[in-house]
Order: sequence, then structure tokens, then C-alpha cells
Amino acid sequence: MNHSIRNAWMAAVAMFALLFGAISYVQVIGAGDLNDNPWNQRAVLANYCNDRGAIIVGGKPIAESIAGDETCKYQRSYAQPELYAGITGYFSRTYGSTGLEQQLRDELAGSSDQLFLDRVSQIFLGSQPKGASVELTLDPAIQKLAYDLIPDGQRGSIVVTNPKTGAIIAMVSKPSYDPNLIATHDPAKEKASYDQINQVPGIDLNQSVSGPTGELLAPGSVFKLVDTAAALSSGKYNKDSVLPNPSSLPLPGSSASLPNYAGGNCSTRNTADFAFALEQSCNTPFASIALDLGQKAIADQAGKFGFGQDFGDQLKLQTGISIFPKNLDQAALAQSAVGQRDVKATPLQIAMMTAAIANNGVQMKPNLIKTVRAPDLRVISEPKPEALRTSTTPDIASQITQWMTDVVSQGIASGAAVPGVQVAGKTGTAQLGDSGLNNSWFTGFAPANDPQVAVTIVMEGVDVSTGAKLTSPNAKKIFEAVLNK
Amino acid sequence: MILAITTPKPRRNVELVLLILALAVGIGASAMVGLNSAAAFDSDFWFQSSLLIVASFAFHMILRFRAKYADPIMLPIVVALNGLGLALIHRMDQPGEDTGNNQLRWTLLAMAVSIAVVWFVKDHRLLRRFTFISLAASAVLLVLPLVPGISAGEVLGASVWIRLGPMTFQPGEIAKITLAIFFAGYLSSNRDLILLAGRKIGPMQLPRFKDLGPMITAWLVSIGILVFQRDLGTSILFFGLFIVIIYVATSRISWVVIGVALILGGGFLASRFFSHVAFRLDSWWNAFTPEVFDRSPGGSGQIVQGLFGMADGGLVGTGLGQGRPDLVPFANSDMIVALIGEELGLIGLFAVVMLYMLLFTRGFRAALGARDAFGKLLACGLSFAIALQCFVVIGGVTRLIPLTGLTTPFLAAGGSSLLANWIIVGLLLMISNTARGPVDTTPVTHAPTEAVQTS
Repeated sequence: MNHSIRNAWMAAVAMFALLFGAISYVQVIGAGDLNDNPWNQRAVLANYCNDRGAIIVGGKPIAESIAGDETCKYQRSYAQPELYAGITGYFSRTYGSTGLEQQLRDELAGSSDQLFLDRVSQIFLGSQPKGASVELTLDPAIQKLAYDLIPDGQRGSIVVTNPKTGAIIAMVSKPSYDPNLIATHDPAKEKASYDQINQVPGIDLNQSVSGPTGELLAPGSVFKLVDTAAALSSGKYNKDSVLPNPSSLPLPGSSASLPNYAGGNCSTRNTADFAFALEQSCNTPFASIALDLGQKAIADQAGKFGFGQDFGDQLKLQTGISIFPKNLDQAALAQSAVGQRDVKATPLQIAMMTAAIANNGVQMKPNLIKTVRAPDLRVISEPKPEALRTSTTPDIASQITQWMTDVVSQGIASGAAVPGVQVAGKTGTAQLGDSGLNNSWFTGFAPANDPQVAVTIVMEGVDVSTGAKLTSPNAKKIFEAVLNK
Repeated sequence: MILAITTPKPRRNVELVLLILALAVGIGASAMVGLNSAAAFDSDFWFQSSLLIVASFAFHMILRFRAKYADPIMLPIVVALNGLGLALIHRMDQPGEDTGNNQLRWTLLAMAVSIAVVWFVKDHRLLRRFTFISLAASAVLLVLPLVPGISAGEVLGASVWIRLGPMTFQPGEIAKITLAIFFAGYLSSNRDLILLAGRKIGPMQLPRFKDLGPMITAWLVSIGILVFQRDLGTSILFFGLFIVIIYVATSRISWVVIGVALILGGGFLASRFFSHVAFRLDSWWNAFTPEVFDRSPGGSGQIVQGLFGMADGGLVGTGLGQGRPDLVPFANSDMIVALIGEELGLIGLFAVVMLYMLLFTRGFRAALGARDAFGKLLACGLSFAIALQCFVVIGGVTRLIPLTGLTTPFLAAGGSSLLANWIIVGLLLMISNTARGPVDTTPVTHAPTEAVQTS
């Protein structure tokens, strides 16, 4: 019997060995991941009343810690809150944090590795912990202009980047909110504001991903740029290829068909070259390219432009992952090739695609951060422009650029034309069911021969004429503002 | 053989030294809670500390008189755990709450009952007479929470409480002991019968089908607890208790294999048919899925918040009173392990787990030394029950296994659990007293273990 008693004891010891392992995992090995989990409020709570670093745009703080009350020494405060809410996010005692407040928490709270020596000296000097300040690449004037170009009550996003560096010049969306309301130290007010803001259609504060970096939308015809790049790089097509352009393409394996837009010029020709198909944004040529090349070729090219990838780590903002779905049947492939049905992209993704075309096929890392400075103003990090990937060849990029220039100079994006400057662009109109409303897109860059700025605009749930008014002409205003600086 | 001849030593002075150390741990923890909380030392502190000291020394003195050869390490371990538990529960008390003092009252009551066990149960073999009375008592205790009138109804999804006047009580905790007495008594009498027959398949000797009766009964009881009381943890605990006792009684691994198969089978059926079991599995496996995290009740929020706390504690912890265990639901009872991990760190939690390991190891040591089969089985069963209960609770909190609602012995807030576990300690002390003491009727040279080497 004693033998089996020893065995029973060993079984008990074995169970405890597992416990020691599990505790070690939770408290040491896996602790980093748990501490970084966005649901974990402990970091926020621990640092809530500290002097956090400022977030700075154009030399002025858009988020900073000011003197608080007796319960909490410092209070987070946002200047021009609605304008920058999509970027700063909020910093709340109860609801945690989002946006840069969350992603740059180590720098802003002063707990990043680069600030280790500062922390040690704070301990010895007995001074309050102080965070690093972060200056952004944003241009306040362009940010303001872009924000005002989205009418109040209209849902939409605008992303303005420098295609050569990847720097974000402006990034706005509406509806927006005032993060000051939930940075208050009064728990009752905080909750009331939080609930009230969440009532606004289009705002969900529970969601850490939203706006230009997060919202997944049907890209419509701007996706035809992916088809074009895929076609040219397949070797099966060249710039003079003649594409079939029936007014309506029967969808294989289905009774439905994919039409060209009835009101446009597409119906004047039964065949088209790339230039015409892009200028008039005809659907059937691109659907037949996709059916010809197959799903993998389109998906691969989409992937090279960034679909399926998370830009969050580079941008320091949580981003949604754009989708070109797998396992499409032929009908779905044809519809997805014109940016409808299952394909979904964030405004940021479309901006990244356009920037890659503008930059000779090289996609730069998206970047919001100009400098991170320690409390003594010493620069502790200064991201340099960095290539992310090669999306397509320089030849193909410059060919597409040429066609996009035609789209603006003689096609349907003529509203974006800036006198004296070559503008390249592409519009998209993704139908939202049978509602008659669309997501209206513009994406493009200027000057076409030496791109300084790329602009991507999407207006959600608009009719065709409103969409046309709010996209290309607004892009023109942004091009002018950036280029005239 | 040589080890067995050594003269028995009482080691009561060792116990006294360790006891002082244990009290220093508990009272020191209380002092730190007092220092770190906004309100400085309340008058309660001195009062509570003196009560704990008096009770502990009273227990020690009783052992000197009544059970001179009892294991000298068990009492200090349990006092340390209980003292730490008191400090932690007091730490979680919000203004106006009095869980800490309530726990102290239960501690004193439980220690008094445990002392009574030591005083009146001079020889544990007496308990063997109550084998079938224990079975009847277990049945009554398990059915009580379902009896209208005294049932406290469904509390947090489980029907395991009864209401007696102003108090609530969990009779299942006591049933743990009566069932152990029944299993030990029944199997120490009938082990020969069960051992005799059986077909051999490979290295395993299978029991006869008719001998499976007790196991099937134990399985049905466990399933009954799961179904009617919706209490997964207790169900596992009882069945584990049974398996270990029958395994030790027969030395046949086949019982363990059959038992584990029955657990897996029962668990699978339960997860298919009972939403509360399915929810527990889901909150374990998919703890970090938003829908599961936010689900209420039955979501993983509690586990995940506990994990956040433990991760925040890291190696050395935030310090007592410095963490945010208020973010973890039930931090003073079901999740007290997470509270220890957060505020005392990996080091503190390891120390606590180590104390449990020492405690059950001393229990198994008593089982080895006991000179009668009943004593061996009882000590083994009770020790294993403590180990299994710790494993189920701590494993659940650390997400090693699904979280079930068992209490952490001696630490967690809850009177019934304290009472039951102190009684268990009383019993283990008595068994160890006979195991370590001189043999009454036989010469000392007779190796104590040989007396029971029957088959």
C-alpha cells in the first residue's frame, strides 16, 4: 500500500509542478503580452495621474497633461479635440485608452526603454515621473482644411500622405468627438459622456480601430488600379492591349451579369484599351482581366499593395486589415475585381496603394511620428523614411501614372485637375446594395512627374452627384494647399 | 529498517518556533495592509492579532497534552495560510464591509472545532466504526442545499448553499470529510475482496464488473452534484478523492484508468448538455475573444482580469495594498490566488503554493507511517483532496484548466470551507500522532510499516 501512497503523492507533486509552470507563465513569461492587452486598464490606472508627455503638431500640443485637482495631480487635455480625436484617441480612467494615447503609452508615460536612465534619475532626485513628448508629421493647416472639407453630418475620411517618405500629412474623419469629455476625473461625467458619444451613429468608442485606419469599405473602381498592375505584370497584357468591353458581362455560374455604368461613355465602344477603360471607369474590361488572370494573380497583386497586412506597428495606430477574399467563385471574382462584393479596404490602404504607384512602385512605411523627445528635449527617436515593400515595377508604376493622369485631364476625375500641375487620379463609386447610395472615392497624387502629395478621399453613403462634388474637387483643394506651401 | 528503529520524538518545540514564524507572516501581512491602506492601524488590528495568537497557542498546547507526537509542521503551515488569508480579506474590505472580521470569527470557530477533533478523537481508528453513518451523513449533506426551506437557492449559478438563520453554509465542504471516511472505511474492509478477482489484460488487471459498483456509485454522485447543484469543482474533487483512495487501497492502476475515462466521458457529456459547463470550457479556451470576455454571466472577464493582475504583479508583486485587485471580481474568495500573485508577486505565490505542497506532503507522510489501512487511506485521501483542490483552483485562476468555483483552502473568504479544512487538519494531526508515536503494544524494534503489509 505504501508504494501506491508514494505514487499518489507523486501525482499530487506533478499537479503542483504544472501549477508552478502556469504561474511562471502568467507572471513572467507571458506577462508582457497581458500587460499590453488593450483590455488591461492597469497601466492606465497606474499612470493616470502622472505627467504624461504631450502630442505635438506643428509645434503646438494637441494633447498634454495640465495641472489637475487634489485627487489627481495631472489632467489630460486636448486642443482642437474633434480635429485630432481620430489620431490621439482618448485617455480615460474607466475606459482605457485608444489611438496614439494607447499605442505610444510607453513613451508618453515615460516607461519606454530609452527613458530608463531618466526614470532612475527621477527616483534619486525624488521628482515626479514625466513622459516623453511626441511630435507628429501632420501639417495642422492641411489637417484643418481636410477636416472642413467633409461637411458636418457626412461620414467620410481623408488621408493625405507624402508618397516619397510615407509621412502622413493629414488624416481626418467624421463624425468625430471630443476626447476631453472622457478624460475628466469625475466618473459620473465620464460615463455620461462616454454613453452619449457612443449614441452618435458612426462612433463606437469600444472599438479601438475606426476612421481612416480602421473602417473597412468597398473600394469600388479604385480597385481597378490593382487589376491593371496585375495585368501588366502578368506579361499577358501590355499598354496597347485591346480589352473586351461589352456593355454587360454575364457572370459565369450565375444568372446575373455585371454591367458598365449606363450613363457613361463606356457604351460607345465594344472593345477598349487600358487608357479608355480607366478614363471612363468601365467595369467589364477589368472583370474579364480578373477572370482571365484568375483569383491568385489579383490577390497577389492586392497583397503587394498591402491588402491582408496590418500597418499598425509602423503607423503606431491600430489599423484594420484590408481584405481581398480567398475562395471566390468566378462571379464573385468578377465583382470583386471592380471593388464590389467581398473586397474591403480601409482609406489608409487605398492611400498606401496610390503612394506606391506614385513612388515608382516602392511602398514606403506609413509614418506619423516626426520625433520623440525625452523631458529634457533630447531626441530619443526620429523615424527615417523606410521602404516597406516593392509593390510593382517602376515601368508599370509609371505606365499606370500616365493613365491616371489621363483620368484627370480627360476622364471622369477632371474635377481634381490643378492648373499648371499634372495630377494623377482615379475615382471609385461602390454601390451600397440597392439603396442608390454609394461610397464615393477619389485617390490620386500630384505632380504626376514628381509626386509630393497623395490624397485619398472617401465619402460614405452619398448619391452619385454629391459624391462627385465631395471627392475630386476637394482633392484639388488639398493638392493646391500642399503644393503652394 | 534503520530509520524505523529511531526513537519517536515529539518535536513540539520545533512546532512552537515554526508557529511563531507563521504568526509573524500572518500578522506582518495584516500590518502591511494597515500601513498601506488610507486608514492607518485600526484598533481591530491588535484585537484580531491577539485572538489569532491566543487560538494558535491554545491549539499548540492541546497538541502537547493530547497528541504529543503529531506532525510538528502542519499546524504552523495552516496558521500561516489562514493568517495571510485574514490579512488579504481585510485588505479587500471596502469601508462598511466586514468580511475580514467575519472570516476571523469563522477561523476561531474552525480552530475550536479542530481542537475538539484532536481532543475527542483520540484514536482515528474509532472513525472506522462510522463508515456507513458517514455515507448517510454525506448523502444528507449533499441533498440539503436542494431541500426547499433551508436551501439558499441558486447563488452565482450553483445551488450549494443552505441558510441557517442569518448564516449561509456550504454542507458539501463537510461532505468532503464524511465521504473520505466512508471511502476509507469501506475500502479498507473490502479491499481483499476487490483485489482477489479480475481479468488481466496486458500489464493491467481489470476489476470484476461487480466490483465496479462503488466506483459507478461515486461517479453517479459526482454527476448528480454537477447536474443538480451545478458545481463542477466539487464534482471533480469528490471523484478524485474516490479514485485516489481506491487506487491506494488496491494498488491497481486500472482503477485510475477507468476513473479518468469516466471523468472524461462525464465531462464530455456535461459539456454537451449543460450550458454552465459549456460556458466554463468556452471561457477557458476562448478567454481572449471579445464576445466571451464581455459575456455576462459565464464570461471570461473574471479570469482575464485575474491574469492581468498577476501579470502586473510580475516577479516581486506590487506590494500589499498597492495593486488593483478591485478590478478582479471575487478577489477575496475565488480569485484570492490572483490577488496574491498581484500584490506578493511570483515569489509570494510560489511560497504559498510551496506551503500547500509541504502540507499535503506531511499528510502523505502520515499516511505512510500509519499502521492501519484505514488510517493510511484516510490520510492519503484527505491529503490528496487538499492537493487536488489547490490544483483545481490555482490551475483555474492561471488558466491552466477551466475555472471552477472551488475555494482556496484556508485562504479564501468563506466559513464552511475554513471549518472543513481545519477539521481535515485535526484528523491529519491525529493520524500523524499515531504514525509518529511509539507503538503501544508491540516492541519499538518492530518496523511500523510491516504491520500492514498484508497481501
